[in-house]
Amino acid sequence: MAHVLMPEPDGRILGRRVEIIAALEAVAGPGNVISDPAETIAYECDALSAYHCPPLAVVLPRSTQEVADVLKTCLRLGVPVVPRGSGTSLAGGALPTADSIVIGVSRLNKVLETDFPNRFIRVQSGMTNLSVSQSVEAEGFFYAPDPSSQLACAIAGNIAMNSGGAHCLKYGVTTNNLMGVTLVTMDGEIVEIGGAHCDPAGYDLLGVICGSEGQFGIVTEAVLRILRKPEGARPILMGFDSNEVAGECVADIIKAGVLPVAMEFMDKPAIIACENFAHAGYPTDVEALLIVEVEGSPAEIAEQLAQIREVAQRHSPKVMRESESAMQSDLIWKGRKAAFGAMGQMADYMCMDGTIPTSQLPFVLKRMQEMSKEYGLGVANVFHAGDGNLHPLILYNANKPGDQEKCEAFGSDILKLCVEVGGCLTGEHGVGIEKRDLMTVQYNEADLEAQMRVKDVFDPAWLLNPAKVFPMAVSHSRRMRNSQGEAA
Amino acid sequence: MAGELEIIAPQSEQELSELVAGAMRKQTPLEIIGAGSRKGYGNPVAATSQVSTRAISGITLYEPAALTIVARAGTPLDEIREVLAAEGQHLPFEPADWSQLLANETRPTIGGTVATGISGPRRIQAGAVRDSLIGVRFVDGTGAITKNGGRVMKNVTGYDLVKLMCGSQGTLGILTEMSFKVLPMPRKTATLTLDGLDDKRAMEALSMALGSPFDITGAAHFAQSGDTIIRIEGFADSVAYRCNELTRLLAPFGPAEINDDPTVNQQLWQSVRDCTEFSGKPGAIWRISLKPSDGPKLVAGLRTKMPLEAIYDWGGGLVWLLVAEEGDCGAGAIRSAVAATGGHATLVRASDAMRSTIGVFQPEAAAVAAISSALRSRFDPAGILNPGRMYAPTNAMRKAG
Repeated sequence: MAHVLMPEPDGRILGRRVEIIAALEAVAGPGNVISDPAETIAYECDALSAYHCPPLAVVLPRSTQEVADVLKTCLRLGVPVVPRGSGTSLAGGALPTADSIVIGVSRLNKVLETDFPNRFIRVQSGMTNLSVSQSVEAEGFFYAPDPSSQLACAIAGNIAMNSGGAHCLKYGVTTNNLMGVTLVTMDGEIVEIGGAHCDPAGYDLLGVICGSEGQFGIVTEAVLRILRKPEGARPILMGFDSNEVAGECVADIIKAGVLPVAMEFMDKPAIIACENFAHAGYPTDVEALLIVEVEGSPAEIAEQLAQIREVAQRHSPKVMRESESAMQSDLIWKGRKAAFGAMGQMADYMCMDGTIPTSQLPFVLKRMQEMSKEYGLGVANVFHAGDGNLHPLILYNANKPGDQEKCEAFGSDILKLCVEVGGCLTGEHGVGIEKRDLMTVQYNEADLEAQMRVKDVFDPAWLLNPAKVFPMAVSHSRRMRNSQGEAA
Repeated sequence: MAGELEIIAPQSEQELSELVAGAMRKQTPLEIIGAGSRKGYGNPVAATSQVSTRAISGITLYEPAALTIVARAGTPLDEIREVLAAEGQHLPFEPADWSQLLANETRPTIGGTVATGISGPRRIQAGAVRDSLIGVRFVDGTGAITKNGGRVMKNVTGYDLVKLMCGSQGTLGILTEMSFKVLPMPRKTATLTLDGLDDKRAMEALSMALGSPFDITGAAHFAQSGDTIIRIEGFADSVAYRCNELTRLLAPFGPAEINDDPTVNQQLWQSVRDCTEFSGKPGAIWRISLKPSDGPKLVAGLRTKMPLEAIYDWGGGLVWLLVAEEGDCGAGAIRSAVAATGGHATLVRASDAMRSTIGVFQPEAAAVAAISSALRSRFDPAGILNPGRMYAPTNAMRKAG
């Protein structure tokens, strides 16, 4: 491994291991501290599993006050802290270092208040994304952001990474559905930001906390907007002769004033892999497949689908199939949702997450195929076409020496291309360690300085999830300022 | 006062950057304005120079198919509206125009719209200014040109300073360019009106409508007339269908009247957006953000203490109050009642002297205020950007050392 470097652990912290664990047990209670290496190993990585390192200890507090006490203790002892939701980050957001304490919110998993007339729910942040929706489902409501890991991922992690999902085009991402948080800062201060009302009296601190990748504090509670479920939803499937034509069709649907709830795009390698895996009935003789879903009452769905068909006809689709039953809808989605699993059957893969202006879609897809040939690695594309958020899956063989490095280099090139055409490095996964060293491709020194100043405010000692988001060299002086020494 | 000051209008971001860097060296406080259409909003600023972004103007990119527009700060809001409308699109957050409310002839700029972060009735369905804003360029208090976000709508690369800049009223940096996610304009608009409801019943009706699957884009209530209005937008068949369903759903609140005349609807919702009902009337105006169901009780409580008029927007989450401009304009009673709900109250309109004494914005809790103050001292170490506009100027000045 070790293409991405983490700082060498601080020997002086490791040397005080016993003292640190005792101090944590004193404030958190022995039952809430895990220090046995046989157990801490369960926390050695997140979903970016190529990188792993067990922490010095793990604390699983049972209340906001306990989180505050633990953070205060870590600050006093000068120990770095890695916050953790459910550990589903694809960017290494929850990757520990050997000298760090992981603070997990998994025991904070209760609903605190449900208010249907005012359309919000207040939850502890360890609840999973899906369980939030499930807890309001009986009344016909849901929580809109739906990352594909929603069965497992925690609200705390969703807030840290500003997670998205397939339905963002209509409903937005986490930040657009978050109304308030209880944030515990490194000095143990418990800060209430936002709440059941709209918009702040002063600065939009909630906006900058969301997506701060666990570097500002630990969110223990959240107020989330809940929405009434639409009456129904129905997808239409369309196949085209080329990526260009499919891209134009996406553009024209948007221009026609229709706002589908989802517009998913698959290129040929992805179509074939998904079809072979899920038998969803996808046409395998087309170059590009679009799945467009609309919502509403049966009449509204019919009205929107008629508009979409009319637009699509202008682009001579080879296939156009409207779902006619819940079973057909499920089948159409089954293929798409199986994409990652299908790829996993064929090879190891890395999932990238850049966003591009949708107008650049045909160019970027073409360029990616060229790069695929140059690197000798396959690439398949399944992505959210309406918002330009790409998820190229680069296929490689983890057992073949040098393949992972080649794959990472290919991935970097794709992300650089995204920035070059006016997009960004990450649309919904976050920077973490994965894209940390590419930040200078998108942002110059002044841009990064402005961001780091905000961390200075929330975490002056740079102990919270340090050595992430910013290139090591860029954050070096800040991380050194208060640490007792770092070998890296 | 600022009106007598010479207005400096740099022609470019670079020129602005040099000007701010010079002001920092000389510790010259600057009042930052766009066109000046919201003059009279915010705490009066004690500045020796006035800097306007009006000359840093123009739409730099518009891709209708990507739902993206990028414009420089000084671009008139009207120009952006027109360009978008030509493609059947609009800014989803329904930017307010307070020129009438604040008795000011000047037309707003897009920079001022973002800096003040004021959203209209569609806030409840399409989000606030900050939810449409996807990228910014700004000059901070040291003169450093900084960018954050970009021109794509899904972007989690680094911290989201876009949100922080939105609504910071020039106190963390001077916006020079911004990108937005735009949306298709609805083809058809209809308004469902219920009449004669008291505030509490009205909130119940709005709440029921907003909790339905019928995608409401406006929900307001006029306390004086008892009119409760609900906006439904979209394709024609869909609007008709939802109007029917809502009429049935809201039957317990009395018969509903539906109006789908485009002009009537446009004027009606513009009046809610800009609170024109109060614009011709004398008095101080408050804008209160709170949990929707808390509104009626709060207003009833305040009525026992002072004469007032009230308009509810955002399904009750936003309450406009018109009170007599005397004493503390009701600040003591209003602020403590609102604070008890967890919301906040902004003094939108009152004389300079009143706004200076009372303070336009609700004071933040100590822990939050400490973070805000520390942010200001990092982005504007000399305390020269709109000192005092949002927060007491001394904080930034003192911490700057």
